Amino acid sequence: MRVLYFAWVREKAGRDGDDVTLPATVTTVAELIEWLSARSPSTARALSPVDAVRVAVNRTVVDLDHPVAADDEVAFFPPVTGG
Amino acid sequence: MRPGDAPLIRVQAEDIDVAGAIEALGSGGHGVGALALFIGLVRDLSDGRPVDWLTLEHFPGMTEKVLAEVDAAARERWLLQATTIIHRFGRLAPGDRIVLVAVASAHRDAAFEACRFIVDQLKSNAPFWKLEEGAGERHWVAARAEDNVSAEGWHRRETS
Repeated sequence: MRVLYFAWVREKAGRDGDDVTLPATVTTVAELIEWLSARSPSTARALSPVDAVRVAVNRTVVDLDHPVAADDEVAFFPPVTGG
Repeated sequence: MRPGDAPLIRVQAEDIDVAGAIEALGSGGHGVGALALFIGLVRDLSDGRPVDWLTLEHFPGMTEKVLAEVDAAARERWLLQATTIIHRFGRLAPGDRIVLVAVASAHRDAAFEACRFIVDQLKSNAPFWKLEEGAGERHWVAARAEDNVSAEGWHRRETS
């Protein structure tokens, strides 16, 4: 799975993404956040508080209970501020 | 251009050619009676703080997808002969153009409303983030609640 970070999520993580191999126990966005956070303190900081972070799976914004699969692209970012 | 023609959607680092964008929308013909245009600029003040630089980061690929969805939603609501959305990324200075939205339609109401709709929707949905630098400080701009109210207001209008 390709994981991407943008804006202050990227800065707090200290990198713009991770390539990860998903364990079978991780099936939702919420579980993915928990798993990524347990692997790395910088990711844990970047993805908290969780309600400040938005999530896109395969370039569509989704909720925390959305399913994730091994070949998804999952992006984490702050609320958007374009225009 | 005729109704149904592909929209012009661009995400770019370089400045926006306003005259070129208007030209590309077509100078009348094909039933076009109105062009409405919105241009967003970098402010030199943000909540009272001076701004020297505004850096726009975006999510390449998703940005274009969301802009195309917003454009398609506008074309479902109004009969539009042509639409243009150009949004910049990178490091910009006060006064620089950030975004241009232009809409061609038969009449002014559709042109004004569709232009406003596209701007409201892209502000709340397109994956852009703004980093402000000024007076030796830097910070990420927080999303404004009013922007989401503007974008959601269109849904309320639709469902009420």
